[in-house]
Amino acid sequence: MEKKRLVVVGNGMAGIRTVEELLKLAPDLYDITVFGDEPRVNYNRIMLSPMLSGEKGFADIVLNDAEWYAANGIHLRLGTRVSGIDRAARRIITEGAEQVPYDRLLLSTGARPVILPVPGAHLPQVVSFRDADDVARMLAVARPGARAVVIGGGLLGLEAANGLNARGMRVTVVHLMETLMERQLDAAAGALLRQALEARGIRFRMRAVTDSILGREAVEGIRFKDGAEDEADLIVMAVGIRPNTELAANGGIKCDRGILVDDRLRTSDPAVVSVGECVQHRGQCYGLVAPLFDMAKVCAADLAGLETAPYTGTVTATRLKVTGIELFSAGDFVGNAGTEEIVYKDIRGGIYKKLVVAGDRLVGVVLYGETGDGPWYFEQIRAGADIGALRPRLIFGQAHACGRQEGDDIAAMSDDMQVCGCNGVSKGAIVRAITEKGLTSLDEVKAHTKASASCGQCAGTVRKILAATLGTEVVEAAAPPICGCSAHGHDAVRKAIVERGLTSIPQVMAALGWKTADGCAKCRPALNYYLLCAWPGAYADHQPSRLVNERVHANIQADGSYSVVPRLWGGLTSARELRAIADVVDKFHIPTVKVTGGQRIDLLGVAKADLPAVWADLNAAGMVSGHAYAKGLRTVKTCVGKAWCRFGTQDSTGLGVQLERMTWGAWTPHKVKMAVSGCPRNCAEATIKDFAVICTEAGYDLLVGGNGGMELRGTDRLCQVATEAEVLEYCGAFLQIYREEAWYLERTAAWIGRVGIETVRARVVGDAAVRRAAHGRFLAAQKTAQVDPWAERAAQARDAHEFNRLCQVG
Amino acid sequence: MGPHWINVGRVEEIPPLGARLIDSGQGQIAVFKAGDGSLFALHNGCPHRQGPLSEGLVSGHTVTCPLHNWVIDLASGEARAPDNGCTPTVPLKVVDGTILLHLPDPRAVVSG
Ligand code: SRM
Ligand SMILES: Cc1cc2nc3c(=O)[nH]c(=O)nc-3n(C[C@H](O)[C@H](O)[C@H](O)COP(=O)(O)OP(=O)(O)OC[C@H]3O[C@@H](n4cnc5c(N)ncnc54)[C@H](O)[C@@H]3O)c2cc1C
Ligand code: SF4
Ligand code: FES
Repeated sequence: MEKKRLVVVGNGMAGIRTVEELLKLAPDLYDITVFGDEPRVNYNRIMLSPMLSGEKGFADIVLNDAEWYAANGIHLRLGTRVSGIDRAARRIITEGAEQVPYDRLLLSTGARPVILPVPGAHLPQVVSFRDADDVARMLAVARPGARAVVIGGGLLGLEAANGLNARGMRVTVVHLMETLMERQLDAAAGALLRQALEARGIRFRMRAVTDSILGREAVEGIRFKDGAEDEADLIVMAVGIRPNTELAANGGIKCDRGILVDDRLRTSDPAVVSVGECVQHRGQCYGLVAPLFDMAKVCAADLAGLETAPYTGTVTATRLKVTGIELFSAGDFVGNAGTEEIVYKDIRGGIYKKLVVAGDRLVGVVLYGETGDGPWYFEQIRAGADIGALRPRLIFGQAHACGRQEGDDIAAMSDDMQVCGCNGVSKGAIVRAITEKGLTSLDEVKAHTKASASCGQCAGTVRKILAATLGTEVVEAAAPPICGCSAHGHDAVRKAIVERGLTSIPQVMAALGWKTADGCAKCRPALNYYLLCAWPGAYADHQPSRLVNERVHANIQADGSYSVVPRLWGGLTSARELRAIADVVDKFHIPTVKVTGGQRIDLLGVAKADLPAVWADLNAAGMVSGHAYAKGLRTVKTCVGKAWCRFGTQDSTGLGVQLERMTWGAWTPHKVKMAVSGCPRNCAEATIKDFAVICTEAGYDLLVGGNGGMELRGTDRLCQVATEAEVLEYCGAFLQIYREEAWYLERTAAWIGRVGIETVRARVVGDAAVRRAAHGRFLAAQKTAQVDPWAERAAQARDAHEFNRLCQVG
Repeated sequence: MGPHWINVGRVEEIPPLGARLIDSGQGQIAVFKAGDGSLFALHNGCPHRQGPLSEGLVSGHTVTCPLHNWVIDLASGEARAPDNGCTPTVPLKVVDGTILLHLPDPRAVVSG
């Protein structure tokens, strides 16, 4: 049979999703040709935001590569714009005057950004935020310190602002309205969001109307209607989008704001269908992907000639993709005379929740700071569920409202509850794919169901469903074993130690069936740490199970010599300490003295035999080990803060010293670095530390999980607190939970990446009792941990054999 | 002056799962004690980049080099695959709790 011809105009998210759905239903029905005016394959437009901020590269966001098109026999015409439709002859005409015939035509031309028609808008540094070229244009200007003005405080504008800020630009957001993202947020949540972004250094000008863009050849600034001006090197316009209807309209297809379609996504010409941001359906134009994917399903069925349920519209929910800011809104969150509001507000904790209720139905929700219950609320809205009975507890989320323990949440989810909002994937569909196809990893679930394949916010939930579906045992087995000596994963081992009261490495190995007599260099240090953490004070640290640096309390160097780093609390030192350091350098002929990246002084090239004597001299001047070698607290980096700096808001140096005094000596799964900056300028580079404090006039922003090493990761926000005492409490609690739950050699960044910031925040911020208890356990463990290892060894009271020769021969 | 058996110290002076060092005319020699009590003597240089094996972590009859984690067999001095190389071993025997090494230099012995 001769194949029918399908022509697709628009190689974007909606068009290609429709093709994917069609290939599932009727792989051989059509000969497909796709036209795209962008010069690249189909990619995840949503992910342009993390691409701008540097969290992802283009390769990471490609959805279908060239091989996919080829494998499915699709003729891909990139960089080719379609300029006309000849409906009578059923063919399209390209800009290059080529004519291509069709039996069915799919218009998925998307939308384009609105460019304000102000003087200067034509300058090359005025860009919109829509495609990969726009990102490239922004990055061409985005030097650290350069100034960007983003016009538009909606989702797109804020994601652009955050991305440019992450690139080191000084960013101002200009917004017409009083509230940020006013179409998705109420005033209270908008204000919290603004505060959080201000803490990152983004400035705001609200109620500002742009008059003109200044500059002759290049952008130099922006002027507002009230006469105010800002300097600028880059202007980003994110003031809205407009459906691309011209092609359809010129072809005689009925359009209003968008291309008009019916419930089968057919246009006024039944041979022509249309999906995506270019359409108007039942009066509505959409700007999010969830509706497009719903449309794609129905449209594909129509193209395949199958009966299917009609498309009746999509209720959408919004999340902002700014790392560290949790925000969720759905439905009618403003309300009206006939609705009531239930509000929970913990401004200091950075949490705000509002539910809008009409009678016994939930009709809208705004969540800020804690969004774990978002999908559940959303489901109640979509289903029009009767929440009358739950109402008194509704604001506390699903666990409380339904009287369940935490952890049952997956079991309690109904099968048709939507997990992935972007792709409209329900829990039932995920479970089915897992059981029917035998899936065992998140990537497989993603590939088979598309759940978490778009914005990725639901990955945590998908992972939980996977674990729940496979059953705990299977997941334990699937967890990577500690090393080749054992079949058990880290969590299983930690659990066994605590639950079975195992107190030594040989005991653990015997109880858990280790395959080797005394383990290896991977598992022994891990077991030693797990035991130390489980039985503080009682467990005797097993020196032969420590790697050399932690055994001899110095860093081994390439030539077998060692380095010595004394602790300089919070980066502070004194003439007396510096003099003692200088004397030690002379006395022991230490070849290199270096200032380190963590605000300490490193003495490099010390012979092992000299270590105790070097330490003794440093001890005599009041200095102790800086633990520069430890899987433990390394350094607390500080800036000068209020004491000297004209911008300082709090005593950042003093607070850093207090943090270091509280936490030194603690053993942790991997090294821990902290920092305190006195204001959002962040001179202590706190946002790449494991635990970070940024002082503001209002108090202290606490951030966690940053890493500046092999895989750069900015911190996630934990919360804001008002006093130094609270900083110490949250810090201790956070570290203790990290100590107790992370895998050995897992930095906080990797740990949070694995378990999710929500989990950590729920413990440290969400529940004061849990926090205080964890802080208490930390302090208790510190009682026996804070012993200067140098002093013990300088006095020859410990491990003398390490530093002395057995003998000399010849 | 052929090789001699030289007294280098007592068995109990070597920590279990650890090592002690001897300075010799041939350079440093490390004496290891495995978890089962067996003793081994090797030149103290990893075949990779001469890392000090005496500082490594002992497990089974192997030591893991402290610099880049090569695993060296204590009995043969051979690096475990996929790495490739060999550290010279030194013959060792124990008589009445005294450790004797077979070394070319007859002059001895400063205990320490
Ligand atoms: C001394 C120092 C370089 C310097 O001269 O400035 C240094 C030296 C070493 N770093 Fe570092 N790092 C030093 C600051 C950093 C920093 C910057 C910072 O701390 O602000 C980073 C990135 C920040 C971070 O960790 O997030 C850094 C990321 C690393 C990494 C990668 C960690 C990661 O999670 O990706 C390693 C490798 C590892 O730990 O496995 C590493 C490992 C090392 C080791 C321990 C390599 C080794 O195993 O021998 C080096 C020890 C040298 C020695 O004997 O002292 N070093 N290293 C810095 C000491 C800081 C201090 O004051 O204590
Ligand atoms: C930075 C950014 C972040 C976003 N974040 C989110 C988010 O978090 N959540 C969410 O749900 N949505 C988000 N969106 C919106 C989402 O990306 C869009 O809703 C979606 O991409 C629309 O898909 P579409 O196929 O209709 O349009 P597009 O993806 O724009 O595809 C249309 C394609 O057709 C091409 N085209 C147009 N006319 C022609 C022609 N005549 N000939 C040939 N080709 C043509 C266009 O160049 C384009 O490549 C975001 C958008 C951006 C830009
Ligand atoms: S970057 Fe760090 S690990 Fe690498 S050479 Fe420098 S000090 Fe050593
Ligand atoms: S020197 Fe031993 S592994 Fe590199």
